[in-house]
Amino acid sequence: MTPLLTVDDLRVSFPTRTGTVEAVRGVSFTLGKERLGIVGESGSGKSQTGRAIMGLTPGHAKITAKTLNFDGIDLLSASAAKRRSLRGKRVAMILQDPKYSLNPVMPIGRQIIETLKTHESVSWGEGRQRALAMLEAVQIHDPERVFDLYPHEVSGGMGQRIMIAMMLVCGPELLIADEPTSALDVTVQLEVLAILDRLVAERGMGLIFISHDLRLVSSFCDRVLVMYAGRVVEELPSANLAAAQHPYTQGLLNCLPTIGSHRHPLPVLERKPEWAL
Amino acid sequence: MTREVLSVRDMVVVFDEFVALNGVSLSVAEGESFGLVGESGSGKSTLLRAVAGLNVFESGTLTVSGKRYEGHRRDRDFYRTVQMVFQDPYGSLHPRQTVDRLLLEPLAIHGFTDVDARIARALDEVGLGSGFRFRYSHQLSGGQRQRIAIARALILEPKILLLDEPTSALDASIQAEILNLLEQARKERGLTFVMVSHDLGVVSHMCDRLAVMRKGEMVETVSVEALEKRAFSQDYTRQLLVASEGFRRT
Ligand SMILES: Nc1ncnc2c1ncn2[C@@H]1O[C@H](COP(=O)(O)OP(=O)(O)O)[C@@H](O)[C@H]1O
Ligand SMILES: Nc1ncnc2c1ncn2[C@@H]1O[C@H](COP(=O)(O)OP(=O)(O)O)[C@@H](O)[C@H]1O
Ligand SMILES: [Mg+2]
Ligand SMILES: [Mg+2]
Repeated sequence: MTPLLTVDDLRVSFPTRTGTVEAVRGVSFTLGKERLGIVGESGSGKSQTGRAIMGLTPGHAKITAKTLNFDGIDLLSASAAKRRSLRGKRVAMILQDPKYSLNPVMPIGRQIIETLKTHESVSWGEGRQRALAMLEAVQIHDPERVFDLYPHEVSGGMGQRIMIAMMLVCGPELLIADEPTSALDVTVQLEVLAILDRLVAERGMGLIFISHDLRLVSSFCDRVLVMYAGRVVEELPSANLAAAQHPYTQGLLNCLPTIGSHRHPLPVLERKPEWAL
Repeated sequence: MTREVLSVRDMVVVFDEFVALNGVSLSVAEGESFGLVGESGSGKSTLLRAVAGLNVFESGTLTVSGKRYEGHRRDRDFYRTVQMVFQDPYGSLHPRQTVDRLLLEPLAIHGFTDVDARIARALDEVGLGSGFRFRYSHQLSGGQRQRIAIARALILEPKILLLDEPTSALDASIQAEILNLLEQARKERGLTFVMVSHDLGVVSHMCDRLAVMRKGEMVETVSVEALEKRAFSQDYTRQLLVASEGFRRT
């Protein structure tokens, strides 16, 4: 079976006044219809990995890979038009803060229909039906009312569900969720994740779930990549997290305070220069 | 009998028409570490800020070390007793000031003269060393900035620290270092903590007792021991506890 996505030796670097910043330094993985987590601390290159797959790497950055292939399409040699048509239609991305992805001056329903119309020729009436159905699918109970609201008129949790609705309305095969619930309260976070989980399963999507939260990612995903300084230092099934081999993964797990564990002081992470080699 | 150092009775804070704190009461004993949890907007910061005099409270009473306080006004005694550390050291530390200036300011206000020795000791205590003294705060990492914010709070040798999500903006490994630093300072100085966090794991690690807040009210107060044994009465507390255990596929 050929995977949906193949990433081999992906590198992303930024020229800056003080030299080149190597954000992603040879990341490789494949993805099928599964839930893959990417975890690591801030600056480890998670978002830039996701953006490279989406074709959203900033213009001044340098991007190379031995392979960057989505369903038989070589993404690096694909034309800009081709990548635009993939984006939103077959590959979609959810970001941490819906504020950056929702248009503040357009009612929510219209935004979803516009997204749909970018990729499919649908009538307004059909678009409206699909937008309402999608809002219902993300458990918005009064879709007719929410349809006419502006983004600032909904709560953070609802905004994030609307984002999910907008990103899934065209039925993408691959969804990249970059810290999709990090800005939400824990209880709301789990509600949103449950919705995402159900949709990914029902629609048979591949999911890349990016987060700094190792506990959350491992409870949600089938498999986890652990990134450090632009590289994948460890890849393991979520169920085997406790058996992690790399001292960075172990350190990340151990330093979390948990209810009832009573470790004073908490173990801290001793960073080794060789991890970043 | 432990002595009560901080007491809040029936505190009400109103912004325009909005009741952000609706009759909240709290009693913290000397040397205790008390936690506040609850979803965003539940009034945790408002409570700490009202204690610190950054928000006015409409009604209710506030007593710190036996002394009553009202409105905004806090005397020098108060700031010698109570200091606050915020979530975002970006917001609380001026980026274009050197660490030296940041630490000097509270000392100057309170008329200390042995400033060099105090600054050196404060930097040492938060694990930064004198090499950091003349750096600008924008040259520091998030964790280093939070260490400076803690040094600044400790430099006046307060008895009570109000900590508002002090590690929420930090990576997990840096969080562990900062929590260890705070615990050590508490042990060495016999400090009293009131600590806000949205993370029940953090609060149960750092605190003896905690209050669960929701919509401007205190839902319940439980000891961490009771929390661990699931010996609480409110369903909302259970929801927070379950949520803190991560995602569960049903
Ligand atoms: N536009 C940019 N210019 C220069 N460096 C950048 C830029 N965007 C990201 N980086 C750097 O790339 C690295 C990885 O960033 P990112 O992928 O956003 O990390 P993460 O998502 O894991 O926190 C960081 O060191 C960051 O500073
Ligand atoms: N200065 C202010 N003016 C108006 N409303 C405020 C102000 N400060 C806080 N609030 C409101 O009070 C409520 C409680 O806020 P806050 O104490 O910051 O919550 P928490 O810290 O628990 O997240 C929120 O609804 C918030 O929007
Ligand atoms: Mg990121
Ligand atoms: Mg707050």
